[in-house]
Amino acid sequence: MQREITLRVNQWDQTLSIDDADTLLEVLRDRLKLWSVRESCGVGACGTCTVLLDGKPVSSCFLLAARAAGHEVTTLESLVDGETLHPIQQAFVEHRALQCAYCTPGFVLSVKALLEENANPSDDEIRDYLAGNLCRCAGYAEILRAVRAAQEKLRA
Amino acid sequence: MANFSVVGHSVARKDANPKVTGRALHVGNIEMPGMLHVAVLRCPYPHARIARIEKSKAEALSGVAVVLTGAEIAKMPGIDPHFGPAFRDQPILAVEKACHVGDPVVAVAAVDKRTAEDALQLVEIDYDPLPAVYNVLDAVKEQSPLVHEQHRPAKAFADLAHVQAGQRSNICYHFKLRVGDVDKAFAEADRVFEDQFSSPPAQHVPMEPHVTLAYLDEHERVNIWTASQSPSYVRTEISATFGIPMHRIRVRVPYLGGGYGAKLYAKLEPLVTLLALITRKPVRYALTREEEFLTVTKHGVVTKIKTALKNGAITARKCEVYWDTGAYAEIGPRIGHKSGYTSAGPYRIPNVWIDSYCVYTNKVPAGAFRGFGVPQVIWAYDSQTDMIARALGADPVEFRLQPMLDEGEAFATGTLVKSFGIRQATRQAAQAIEWSKPRAAQSGTKFRGKGIAAGVKAVLTPSISGAIVILNADGTANVLSSTVEMGQGSETTMSQIVAEELGIAADQVHIVQPDTDVTPYDTITAGSRSTYHMGNAVRMAAAKVKAALCEVVASKLEVDPDDLAAGKGRIYVRGIEERGMTVGEIFLAKFGSLGTTLAAEAVCQPTASHMDPETGQSEKCTEYWFPSATAAEVEVDTETGQVKVLQLFCVGDTGTAINPSHCEQQLQGAALMHLGLTMFEEMVFEEGQLLNGSLLDYQIASIKDMPEAIRPIVVQVPHEDGPFGAKGAGETGALTVAPAIANAIHDAVGVRIRDLPITAEKVLRALAEKNS
Repeated sequence: MQREITLRVNQWDQTLSIDDADTLLEVLRDRLKLWSVRESCGVGACGTCTVLLDGKPVSSCFLLAARAAGHEVTTLESLVDGETLHPIQQAFVEHRALQCAYCTPGFVLSVKALLEENANPSDDEIRDYLAGNLCRCAGYAEILRAVRAAQEKLRA
Repeated sequence: MANFSVVGHSVARKDANPKVTGRALHVGNIEMPGMLHVAVLRCPYPHARIARIEKSKAEALSGVAVVLTGAEIAKMPGIDPHFGPAFRDQPILAVEKACHVGDPVVAVAAVDKRTAEDALQLVEIDYDPLPAVYNVLDAVKEQSPLVHEQHRPAKAFADLAHVQAGQRSNICYHFKLRVGDVDKAFAEADRVFEDQFSSPPAQHVPMEPHVTLAYLDEHERVNIWTASQSPSYVRTEISATFGIPMHRIRVRVPYLGGGYGAKLYAKLEPLVTLLALITRKPVRYALTREEEFLTVTKHGVVTKIKTALKNGAITARKCEVYWDTGAYAEIGPRIGHKSGYTSAGPYRIPNVWIDSYCVYTNKVPAGAFRGFGVPQVIWAYDSQTDMIARALGADPVEFRLQPMLDEGEAFATGTLVKSFGIRQATRQAAQAIEWSKPRAAQSGTKFRGKGIAAGVKAVLTPSISGAIVILNADGTANVLSSTVEMGQGSETTMSQIVAEELGIAADQVHIVQPDTDVTPYDTITAGSRSTYHMGNAVRMAAAKVKAALCEVVASKLEVDPDDLAAGKGRIYVRGIEERGMTVGEIFLAKFGSLGTTLAAEAVCQPTASHMDPETGQSEKCTEYWFPSATAAEVEVDTETGQVKVLQLFCVGDTGTAINPSHCEQQLQGAALMHLGLTMFEEMVFEEGQLLNGSLLDYQIASIKDMPEAIRPIVVQVPHEDGPFGAKGAGETGALTVAPAIANAIHDAVGVRIRDLPITAEKVLRALAEKNS
């Protein structure tokens, strides 16, 4: 069934006519052309399509768009301020925490949520929090270092 | 080592900003007006004749542009319904029969994905199931059902020119190597070790699944945007399949979201091109993850290995390697050949016998996978070498080092090895894990052990890379190269090489992404070959540009061109930096204008010498070698069988590291990826049906699987013909992970795992068997 919803995405209200079956991923990509949001597994298991819903990471491939109405959706596009990268993005660049980088948008958003919840996580807490984001290039050591560096930058 | 200003430095990634902001272009982000989307109906049987297809209801559905079957393709004039890099055996859509579960049978192009999927529901197909074969050792038996009645060579690559047509067998390729008198050595041996090892099929899981977009441009030329590691090959294959002249096909590849071998040769391109030709509209096909599992796998392999010992030394080794290439040969014959000839190991063994068979079964086709089959053969030979050392009471590291080939000695193929840092790599691995430190006494239910493994891969030879370097009047340069940036950092590496040669900075070089309209031929972006082959091509092209600049400066300043050097955007007299000219001044002198460019092309084309088909002997079978070693420490829980990898050191000889950080990342990333393949990755088939074809059921390594201590170690034995001495790094870290872990488990609890992956269940069973 078609219905009209208002989605608040990156601090903009967007009124859209959607199908009940549309996932948040489909609406963000196919309708709003937010290309940082990427499908990979389609079953909420890999974290590639992660966006923030009221600041918490969710798999947008596994959430119906209608369910996101009334919530604040954040995608990677909103993190850059003009030409200035977000401190987490700066840390990812400085520590080479990206290779093919298909997973990077999801990781950066998960790290953002992690550090907002817990400004001073232990290594085990970081590993637990990021366990749902997969990187097949397996650059996990660099990602761990980037989280540490981002933490310092955000504290400064 | 010479002092370079750009090469050898960990220059920042050129693609970091577009990637960290999510703005990097991927094929999935390209949309065109009127673009159609594809859904494919796949065969539910492992082997079946297609008796009837009824598709009129699907065709009548609103929004459907075309419903296509293989039988229709077979009737289209001038089109080859089959494609493939070694044999033309893979149908665009199944023609008379389907050969594996998931084989594409009917394709729909429609206004959107959901309409295309709805249309598939309206297609009726009757199948007559055929006898099928699933196990590689069953498939080689004479009475086995045949997957294909005949084998038609593709003749697409020079190194596969010897692949022969065949029939009445599932063996599509057989490589033989014969050195010395193996039977005599076994008869005279003090001890003989005979073992069988296996590796299961696995999936590459690039985070970006395959995706291809094709359309006809205003000149009716075929344009293809595709997530591919081999744009040049795609153009060749589309030309051969559809009879379209090469200048009327344009293939472009933007950033890849991972490849690992999955995106080589042709995959979706023939089908998507055909749908665009039929509908005359842009057509895009993006695989779902579930389809990805049904498209390509890593080869499952069974290796039988038998080794003779006399006076404590290895005197003979006999290897039978069976590559399960699935329903279509894909690149299996190349893997059976190139990896087959390394399957006795990097050792001095006087008598060697190798039979390497590439075998069809009714399973998902197997293709290239990071390491190109070498991890599977090292799994067998290094595991067995470790078993022999321990059985003889010898130190496993010293036992390996003793017969390891030295520089200039002959490999089993008769080729003399050079730039062969296998001893250095093995010693560095042993040192990193403190191999010689006495082990502490252990008790209780958790036991620790250490393991070392070593092995070598040979680069695909012959192969070709062409490049064009274009120097601009302001001293910046554009580089045309068909190497695909898939995360390995090739844009940065190539920029560094060109910058070093031209005396400019790496950020003054732009690498143009693969576009067959403008970037010259390149065999493939795979096999750890780009730094050497494309690196040489861009270096030689840059050197030609530099020579043209020097010629102008030499005549202006009346000096010998040989006395000139390039640096800081200038050409100057060596030793007298102020005496020289900027690129702008040179352009004005040469062209009377700044509005021009100076370009040069170069091709790197290493050759191999003939390999005897009966003995596998060749004066030169490869251009260069990648020695690899891994050291692992594990903790085994004897109550649960669970194995925790505590430490992992990934050592590789990369030649000169053009970008040391990138080499380290490649070594460690490959190792950590293969930690997953070692410990839990397996595509489980039952009667040809895949049981775990989704990421809910198929696990890959996450950040939680990373050992507490993991470190890459780059060994740099320069290669005399490599660009600044470089070789390559993409696969080296992958090669020796599995045996290092298995060897460590044996060191800890005395059980030997021969079949990957090393699950807790297998360890527990082995412990129970040992204690009974």
